[in-house]
Amino acid sequence: MKTTVTTRDVGDVKIVELHGKITIGAGDLQMREAIHAAVSGGATKLIVDMKDVTTIDSSGVGELVGCYTTATNRGAKLKLLNLPPKISDVLTVTQLITVFDVFTNEKEAVASF
Amino acid sequence: MTESSAPSPGPIVLWLSSRYENLELGQAVLEYVCRLRGIENDAEHWIGVALREALANAIKHGNRQDPSRRVMLSLGGSANDLEIVVGDEGEGFETAAVADPLAPENQMKTSGRGIFYMKTFMDDVTFSRDERGGTVLTMRKHIGSDQKKGVQTR
Ligand SMILES: Nc1ncnc2c1ncn2[C@@H]1O[C@H](COP(=O)(O)OP(=O)(O)O)[C@@H](O)[C@H]1O
Ligand SMILES: [Mg+2]
Repeated sequence: MKTTVTTRDVGDVKIVELHGKITIGAGDLQMREAIHAAVSGGATKLIVDMKDVTTIDSSGVGELVGCYTTATNRGAKLKLLNLPPKISDVLTVTQLITVFDVFTNEKEAVASF
Repeated sequence: MTESSAPSPGPIVLWLSSRYENLELGQAVLEYVCRLRGIENDAEHWIGVALREALANAIKHGNRQDPSRRVMLSLGGSANDLEIVVGDEGEGFETAAVADPLAPENQMKTSGRGIFYMKTFMDDVTFSRDERGGTVLTMRKHIGSDQKKGVQTR
């Protein structure tokens, strides 16, 4: 299954949708590129929608943390939307789930900035 | 033999070239073994996460992504114990020197969580060296009604 990353705008909020695997040599770099492009393009409100993520590995988690830091350092906010239970578990065991603002509803996520 | 147990093909051993694409091959073989042994999907998922971390480390840190260096993958064990061995042709490493990803100063690091995930999702993870100095990683997962580890499903 191919990893795809799509980006869309809801008002001034950039929503980055990830599909498939966010793993080493695959989706990890695509995710970084999409988020960095959004931040470089001036976006300050970012939502990463993970509804269709099937697997994430430590590289994907590392990239996600890196993207969060990049966004924060540039004055942007990065939030997570629709974490599948297994993806949420992977973030929980490494105590990262508390780092991120996590939403289950897009409207609420958009309104939260 | 009167005890009935899930059929096991005996250990399956593969030699993989050091390319990340081969993670998919490892995962596919794991799926095959799990079907054969009646290992349920949730357990398979977490074993797969650990397997991918193990193979990724062998490819990246062990063999430094040199496609001419090989990664050995073996899937075996007994009826109620899945054993995965991953070997590489690298220089090995000092396991004691690996940083704790849960330490506050490491929380926002972009790497260093792979071995922790393996240890979290498998019952037993041990590292040793082969005669040439490469890393040999052995992971075990107990298979059966009393799956003692893994993440609690909600
Ligand atoms: N097969 C290996 N060969 C050499 N070094 C390894 C191997 N596996 C792990 N390591 C070392 O252990 C460290 C921690 O591995 P891991 O927890 O997977 O984190 P990461 O891969 O993100 O660095 C690696 O950075 C590397 O130094
Ligand atoms: Mg690793």
